[in-house]
Amino acid sequence: MKSVAAAPEMTSAEPTPSWMTRSRTWVGAAAILLVLPHIPGLNADFGRSLLSQMGIAAVFALSFNLLLGQTGLLSFGHAVYFGLGGYATVHLMRAINHGLPVPVPLAPLAGAATGLLFGVLFGSVTTRRAGTIFALITLGIGELVYATTFMLPSYFGGEEGITASRTRGPALLGFDLGPQLQVYYVVALWAIIAAALMYAFTRTPVGRMCNAVRDNPERVEFVGYNTQRVRFVAFSAAGLFAGLAGGLHAINYEIVAADSVSALRSGTVLLMTYIGGVGRFIGPVIGAAVLTWLQASLSGYTSAWLFYLGLFFMAIIVFAPAGLAGLILMHRPIIRMPAFWRVLRAYAIAFAPALVMTIGAIVIIEMSYRLSTQPELGTRMRLFWTDIDAATPWPWLAAVVMIVSGFVVFRKTWPIVAQAWQQATTEASVAAGAR
Amino acid sequence: MNAMAKIPDIEAAPTALELCDLHKSFGPTPIIRGVSLGIARGERHAMIGPNGAGKSTLFNLISGRFAPTAGSIRLNGEQVSGFPPYQLNRRGLARSFQVTNIFPRLSVFENIRCSVLWSLGYRYSFWHRVDSLRDANAQAERTLEQIRMTARRDVPAGVLTYAEQRALEIGITIAGNANVILLDEPTAGMSRREAANAVELIRAVSQGRTLVIVEHDMGVVFDLADRISVLVYGEIIATDTPEKIRGNKAVQAAYLDSAHA
Amino acid sequence: MLELATVSLLNGIVYGLLLFMLTSGLTLIFSMMGVLNFAHASVFMVGAYLSYQFARWVGFWPALVIAPLACGLIGAAIERYGLRHVHKSGHVAEILFTFGLAYLIEELVTMIWGRNAVANSVPAVIDFPLFSLFGSSFPAYKGLMMAISIAMFVFLYVALKRTRIGLVIQAALTHPQMVGALGHDVPGIFVLVFAVGSALAGLAGVIGGFMLLTQPTLANAIGPIVFVVVVIGGLGSLGGALIASMLIGILQTFAVAIDYSLLDALRAAGIAVTRASPLYDFYSIKVATAAPIVPYVLLVLMLIVRPRGLMGKRDV
Repeated sequence: MKSVAAAPEMTSAEPTPSWMTRSRTWVGAAAILLVLPHIPGLNADFGRSLLSQMGIAAVFALSFNLLLGQTGLLSFGHAVYFGLGGYATVHLMRAINHGLPVPVPLAPLAGAATGLLFGVLFGSVTTRRAGTIFALITLGIGELVYATTFMLPSYFGGEEGITASRTRGPALLGFDLGPQLQVYYVVALWAIIAAALMYAFTRTPVGRMCNAVRDNPERVEFVGYNTQRVRFVAFSAAGLFAGLAGGLHAINYEIVAADSVSALRSGTVLLMTYIGGVGRFIGPVIGAAVLTWLQASLSGYTSAWLFYLGLFFMAIIVFAPAGLAGLILMHRPIIRMPAFWRVLRAYAIAFAPALVMTIGAIVIIEMSYRLSTQPELGTRMRLFWTDIDAATPWPWLAAVVMIVSGFVVFRKTWPIVAQAWQQATTEASVAAGAR
Repeated sequence: MNAMAKIPDIEAAPTALELCDLHKSFGPTPIIRGVSLGIARGERHAMIGPNGAGKSTLFNLISGRFAPTAGSIRLNGEQVSGFPPYQLNRRGLARSFQVTNIFPRLSVFENIRCSVLWSLGYRYSFWHRVDSLRDANAQAERTLEQIRMTARRDVPAGVLTYAEQRALEIGITIAGNANVILLDEPTAGMSRREAANAVELIRAVSQGRTLVIVEHDMGVVFDLADRISVLVYGEIIATDTPEKIRGNKAVQAAYLDSAHA
Repeated sequence: MLELATVSLLNGIVYGLLLFMLTSGLTLIFSMMGVLNFAHASVFMVGAYLSYQFARWVGFWPALVIAPLACGLIGAAIERYGLRHVHKSGHVAEILFTFGLAYLIEELVTMIWGRNAVANSVPAVIDFPLFSLFGSSFPAYKGLMMAISIAMFVFLYVALKRTRIGLVIQAALTHPQMVGALGHDVPGIFVLVFAVGSALAGLAGVIGGFMLLTQPTLANAIGPIVFVVVVIGGLGSLGGALIASMLIGILQTFAVAIDYSLLDALRAAGIAVTRASPLYDFYSIKVATAAPIVPYVLLVLMLIVRPRGLMGKRDV
């Protein structure tokens, strides 16, 4: 997939890929989605559920990036459209449970419609402003909707939420949504449709004008476009796809509660999108997959999960503003160069002290959390296959030594990486010049 | 060209642009103090005056960036004062900026294409594929040729050289086939040769359109303009043909004054 | 009725002034640096925790001074070692940086003081009735808070509008190179501004800490309201922040005191509404229950009527 929006370091000005290349990309993506739930490690219910969650998060994050990456709008309340779409879908599912003859796999359309409706409604207010104020307004609307869900329990079910069954309804093409595999395929199908539509949106006249508004809203006004209207269209479209993601969430979990419109969820999608990379179309998908996987695998082990997530996010902002997608794609020009192997070797060398440093930090964080939040579990704990006692000074001392020595050595290895990169980029530019 | 059909019926309008007793103050400070001026269709009109005379402010009023404090602006006969910039652009007025004002992360081609979309009637369309819009792409390519940037088509605008960005600035302004074009110091900061190229470009693209230009380079002004207005302290002290402006005592006095000040 | 109104008004003013203490530092940083510090409420929370901790070690009065100073140092460090490096990536990156910081601070606070609220009660030295009104007494700590809040307003107003340094700082926002060329240390000024803004948040935290619950979710509870206040007041306007703080403080306090719903109003007007009527849920919301959404409803109304806020000038 070619880049849609330019990464912060301005990489995108590539011409549109040919029709053949584009269709090959999408067919390839569909094929991957088809086989993923059958590869070992992912072919059980846990893996398939994880894949379903990733698909939902990917659609949600892509819709968020229509705002942030495409239009330059930072929203702190995007979960509103996700959650309200989820509520609409779960209500439709209840109606289906009571005999409404609609196949459940189509129910997310109700979510999409609701997301669009509220995108239009709230968008007409929020898009009156841009920049910092826009961000604050979306935050306020998010709080408004979140508080309202508790005031209207018959629609939103309060803290417990609204439940419905995805299996009690007419089957569509033999799909009754009993097994997780079927749920996954419904999610995957909607996800690829949504992704294709959002990609197409970026290549329409208004999609291009969104990019123009992101780059220079003032000039847009002088080429005939009302920037507020452009923002409004982007906002509504983002609402629609967020609502669709919420609908998929309703099918996957069979419950929608107030947390689905919460500031926490709005923050999570922001983190996913930014960590993945706002400058590339594929970025939010990478971010959604990585964060969903991390959350599933880490949140069970550590209560400090959010702290690690915050650190990860800050590291991306400061060191890699183009996100993971930017980090990966930055290697594309040098991948065929002989010096690429030197780069990889340099990475391996730098990785060792970084790992030592990280382990030291994790030990300190885990011990602190244990002492402050779970004193009832005692001070003895098992970390990295070692029994330690947080009440004694030794593990603290060891951790500090690891952090400091890791950092010192890491600083020394960094020039090796820089030098290898230098050589690889020189080779790449020579090769480009030869062509 | 269907773009021309979009432009309001200009045949009926007596003048392309008509300013009537225009005033603008920022807080208590008056910047424009009663400017009246009529510019005929097809005229190339230059605006000169010492620094701080209010030339840029006047442009900002005409193009809708600021609303006038008092007075009226007519574009092709229509009363337009207080209109936002996009409304003016839709009525056939386009402008360039003194400080380069482009879309830095979009390619040169995208910069131009974004500037033709509205004039071709695509509005906020999400049902067209922008790459399949023959007319928009053709018009953008034609503009690229005019500004001699075809070779830089796919380069992000933010990494262009200064002179290239100035050319793109003009390209964005003219791409939408506006019939009234305002250029704010198009040759500022250019070398002699670049400026000469820019003048040729401006002469070519203003063919058959109304041009208003603010310029400090008097060579450019006297070479290009049909008529010249001299703006001093927010007032027009003279409007005439280049030859007559050259001989105008008040103008010479104004320029000498500001040189001594 | 008059009694209720008077007490509510007084409490509303107290709450409004507390909000203003929070918004003043935020407004200072924004109007000087153009950066919206999303972690401002988090610094406020840190101030509450630090004052709790220092009050236990050295007593309340020293804590009242030490905690804000510590917050100022933290703020200076945030600007010097963090924010400065993302400045080149633009305003969105700056907001995101402070947003991430808010995340981290909440977790750090949890890591140090635990997930539950700490026993940050009003110190005995300021917990005596100042005067009494309709039988309910007005405690001294509320009086102290009002005095500090008003002092903050005066200090900031004078510092910004009447002093040379204030003018230099404001010029640094629009013309950093020019001010730098004139021999002023622009990065140093930014550190100073961020430190002062954070110290103000810390000072608010000392007082706010025992008026609200000192727990890790404190920042999330108060933050959104503070941000709404600055939007309603007009981002960057000190006077606007004061008016909007008072407005929201008073409205919300009054709302909490009103134990009626639309349903009661409809019934009083003779309109029968039953459980089966559509929107019954909506009608039966008591005004008191709806109090938390008052700021947000006000925000939406303000955007429809006057998008730039009460005293907002430039579009940001």
